[in-house]
Amino acid sequence: MTATATLADRELTIGGRTFRSRLLAGTGKYKDNETMVRALEASGADVVTVAVRRVDLDRKKKEGILHHLDPERFFLLANTAGCYTAEDAVRYARLAREAGFNEFIKLEVIGDQETLLPDTAGLIEAATTLVSEGFQVLAYTNDDLITALRLEDAGCAAVMPLASPIGSGLGLLNPYGIRTIKHRLRVPVIVDAGVGTASDACVTMEQGVDGILMNTALAAADDPVEMAHAMRLAVEAGRRAYLAGRMPKREVAVPSSPTRGMLD
Amino acid sequence: MNPNVTPDAGTAVSIVVNGAPRTIPPDLTLDGLLRHLDLDPRAVVVEVNREIVRRDALATTPVRDGDQIELVHFVGGG
Repeated sequence: MTATATLADRELTIGGRTFRSRLLAGTGKYKDNETMVRALEASGADVVTVAVRRVDLDRKKKEGILHHLDPERFFLLANTAGCYTAEDAVRYARLAREAGFNEFIKLEVIGDQETLLPDTAGLIEAATTLVSEGFQVLAYTNDDLITALRLEDAGCAAVMPLASPIGSGLGLLNPYGIRTIKHRLRVPVIVDAGVGTASDACVTMEQGVDGILMNTALAAADDPVEMAHAMRLAVEAGRRAYLAGRMPKREVAVPSSPTRGMLD
Repeated sequence: MNPNVTPDAGTAVSIVVNGAPRTIPPDLTLDGLLRHLDLDPRAVVVEVNREIVRRDALATTPVRDGDQIELVHFVGGG
């Protein structure tokens, strides 16, 4: 048996850094750190997100997440989750950079507590400030093309439209919007938030986007490690299906077997 | 400087750390404060009165009465 040659894919490059996996993973909401580490390993992710929060001085819970994540193995992408103004997001980004790992920031400026949808005006303002300070900004945004274009114009290293609201697991609600953003932007498009299971990830990658960032889909699965493995396969399957180019859809059946040579 | 000294009512320093009032011994630097709080300076980012203090400046930056100090680190997040 000979090995089957498959298409050579480009590597994912964001802000001048190249990553092996197109699956980026969050580190929140796991039931324990051991499960998180095993899930991250199963996912194949090399970019993992972290949040900036106050050290807990009272409960003597001194351990930050870095006691469990090897910064040599994973590329730490800090976020500004929980920030509702551009000013707060810039403050959190500066604190994150001071931790000393890299100048990448996953920028979130949230506009509404119930939906966690982004405040797009605040997002563009914060992105502009952070880019001027030398940050590589990956901006979490909605599925609106115009906002995505403005973020690219502001100098973002990647634009990260949502599949559906954060933590909802509703899957890809607007394939057209995501395809349009991917078609029009030059910087990488990473779909961030909303995938719930492997089929969601696969369909999302089939739109041609450069990667997916997911957290709750792994952390809230009954078996996060198994789901991480499934997601790894789904992201790769969706990517390869996109590269392969799908057959056209038809409204009528077309036989797969010859119509000639039938018996009388 | 002994981080274990008992706060003295006459000379103790009143600050706010992570939103909570706190009285600390006098003449601590930020590095001394972190050690006083049993924190590893390499694992914490320090902001004083909304200005980040670089790690290499912690040992030479005194804590002043009334300082609003934030001590942050990385936690799990998406």
